[in-house]
Amino acid sequence: MCSVPVKKPKTDIGPPYYYDMLPEIIKENYGKWKYHEKIKPGVLKHVSENGAELYTVRAGSPRLLSIVTIREYADLADKYSGGHLRFTSRHNVEFLLSDPANIEPLIAELEAKGYPVGGTGDCLNNIIHTQGWIHCHSAATDASGPVKAVMDDLFEYFKKDDLPAKLKISMACCLNMCGAVHCSDIAFVGIHRTVPTIDDAGVAKGCEIPNVIASCPTGAIRPNPKAKSVMVNEEKCMYCGNCYTVCPSMKIMDPVNDGVAIFVGGKVSNARSGPAFSRLAIPWVPNTPPRWDELVVAIRNLVEIWVKDARKGERYGEWIERIGWEKFFEMANLPFTDKHIDDFIFSVPTFRTTTNFKY
Amino acid sequence: MSEKKRPLLEELKKGPWPSFVKEMEKSAHNSKTAELLDLLERSYEDKTGHWKHGGIVGVTGYGGGVIGRYTDLPEEFPEVREFHTMRVNQPSGWYYTSDALRTLCDIWEKHGSGLTNMHGATGDAILLGTTTEHLQPCFNDLSEAGFDLGGSGSNMRTPSCCAGPARCQNACIDTLDLCHNLTNTFQDYLHRPSFPYKFKIKISGCANDCVASIARADLSIIGTWRDAIRIDQEAVKEYAAQGYDIQGLVVDKCPSQACTYNAETQEFTVDNPNCVRCMHCINKMPKALRIGKETGATILIGGKATIVQSAFLSWVIVPFMKLEKEDDYAELKDLIERIWEWWDENGKVRERVGELIYRKGMREFLKAVGLPPVPQMVKHPRANPYFFWWPDEIISSASGDAEAEAAAGAEVEK
Repeated sequence: MCSVPVKKPKTDIGPPYYYDMLPEIIKENYGKWKYHEKIKPGVLKHVSENGAELYTVRAGSPRLLSIVTIREYADLADKYSGGHLRFTSRHNVEFLLSDPANIEPLIAELEAKGYPVGGTGDCLNNIIHTQGWIHCHSAATDASGPVKAVMDDLFEYFKKDDLPAKLKISMACCLNMCGAVHCSDIAFVGIHRTVPTIDDAGVAKGCEIPNVIASCPTGAIRPNPKAKSVMVNEEKCMYCGNCYTVCPSMKIMDPVNDGVAIFVGGKVSNARSGPAFSRLAIPWVPNTPPRWDELVVAIRNLVEIWVKDARKGERYGEWIERIGWEKFFEMANLPFTDKHIDDFIFSVPTFRTTTNFKY
Repeated sequence: MSEKKRPLLEELKKGPWPSFVKEMEKSAHNSKTAELLDLLERSYEDKTGHWKHGGIVGVTGYGGGVIGRYTDLPEEFPEVREFHTMRVNQPSGWYYTSDALRTLCDIWEKHGSGLTNMHGATGDAILLGTTTEHLQPCFNDLSEAGFDLGGSGSNMRTPSCCAGPARCQNACIDTLDLCHNLTNTFQDYLHRPSFPYKFKIKISGCANDCVASIARADLSIIGTWRDAIRIDQEAVKEYAAQGYDIQGLVVDKCPSQACTYNAETQEFTVDNPNCVRCMHCINKMPKALRIGKETGATILIGGKATIVQSAFLSWVIVPFMKLEKEDDYAELKDLIERIWEWWDENGKVRERVGELIYRKGMREFLKAVGLPPVPQMVKHPRANPYFFWWPDEIISSASGDAEAEAAAGAEVEK
């Protein structure tokens, strides 16, 4: 049980020193790595200038981890990688092995415990995602549930590295988009579709009205002096929920109308072309817990058309760039609607200003 | 607790991908975690979340690192009435020993739900779910064991970096050391919110940008080089011997047409002055091609997600900066402080630095932080004739009328 602390804790000690976490083989070859090879999905081999070989075994995780699982990781690391492991920015765990004889036994144990090995090279990587209904106040959909349903459906691609290029899918449960969701091959994000409901008494009591007004990207919020509250111009509101973030009395959750929008063709790396935003493919699919069937079917379709048509080495956005968006919508069998044409502040450069297009 | 009570979550225990519901059940001997499962089942029934905005909770001496979280159904779910998050500053590159992880688990078993995120999007190890009274004792135990909290609120958020030179041949800078150094140097900005809004720093060792720095960090530090790509022609021949399509998969995809391959001599060349160092050829033939030797970093600013003024990708402000361990990264730190000073003076509440630059203009920003404009900063120059002149750029009038000149200058300033 907790007790009142008797001595003052040290503050500002900074994070643990990374160097103390590194295995001997890394300390000896720090900054001296020469190249790496992909042994098979989920296994990398790094070779240093003096011939040392480091093996990485990557396993996917659901991000939400019990300490029971983390202790299992620790035990596996003790058994196979001298107690050394790391996590990736996409919620994978990676074991750092110096003995190649340990690779297969480690993989066998990981798989037996239900921790799949894969996600390297031209595979589907783990879905980076947010907190959702498990812990966030502004989630327009759950995060872990839809991610689990999509990864179950696309599981084969996590284990195979023969996709046209790497495939990174990301998920955010509201427009705050914790994580680089807006720059992914396929991104899905929780959205609202209705204006906030204003609790005037709550706004008057608990919110800084100038902050609420300033929070609106479209200037849709005006003061309502009579009620010491605010009013929302429904024609201007595009349901971003930013006012709700600064003022809990601007409730924007709508279980019937909230749902998920799907964007495609973004990327993070600078390889070949620079980082790019994902673009709208599907404006809304409904929230259908527990397994978000419509979402799963929609994403499966988006993945399949790329796998079928893209050339070797083409990321999702590069493929669309080559075939053209008009062909993308045709191939994806998706309706093109007024939602797809930007009407926010940087819209104009997205309009076509040439006679060069396809039918 | 009977599983039948949660029929919707039960569906998410099926399938080959690891199940977060099973993770929660592993820690469900903890009464809070058991009730979290019930609350989540309720969210699945209602199709809405059941959490309220954070209240002000924290640990002594810090203004961030703890996120207050309360359910909006406290009567029905009293165990998660308070269910706060603690953000624990990760070691650079997320490298751990098994013992360090066990220490973290033991502390969280004692003080919290037993649930974590490894890791959150910013980089911290997230400890998910504890009560107000446990916050300080938990922090004391963390601190005693060598762990510190990360950032939250309007402060410098926990910096993060890629795997770096510990396990990558492409690391042009020591991302791990730089991340550790910046975090320690700016501890005060990390723990005590004093900025207009959040400020994220992410460090990638090369242009592959494995931590998505350009996409989501206010300050993006991307390793690069200035000299020639190193080529091992023998290794090129090995790729050719294996039947690798060097022309099609490497040369034809070079964005600046800087690569050539002679199929007869099996020789690969790079026109280095015309190479943009995008990493493509190096990624495709890692055994044959290596980054240059004169390394440093490109510094970019302004990246952020959608809210409020649209998402921004970070913009180049310094094409190449040497980042030297020996001088404690003085040039970079100095630039960061000048950026913060300008943002602090000019930023509105909840205005990210990129939005401030968009509002005030890049020329104001560059002048304020003392950076010279260079062509590497833009895709192309402006296409409109609406530009400003600084007063000292205007030729003095023939009359020599100082007042009129000043007025003209002021007019231009507006």
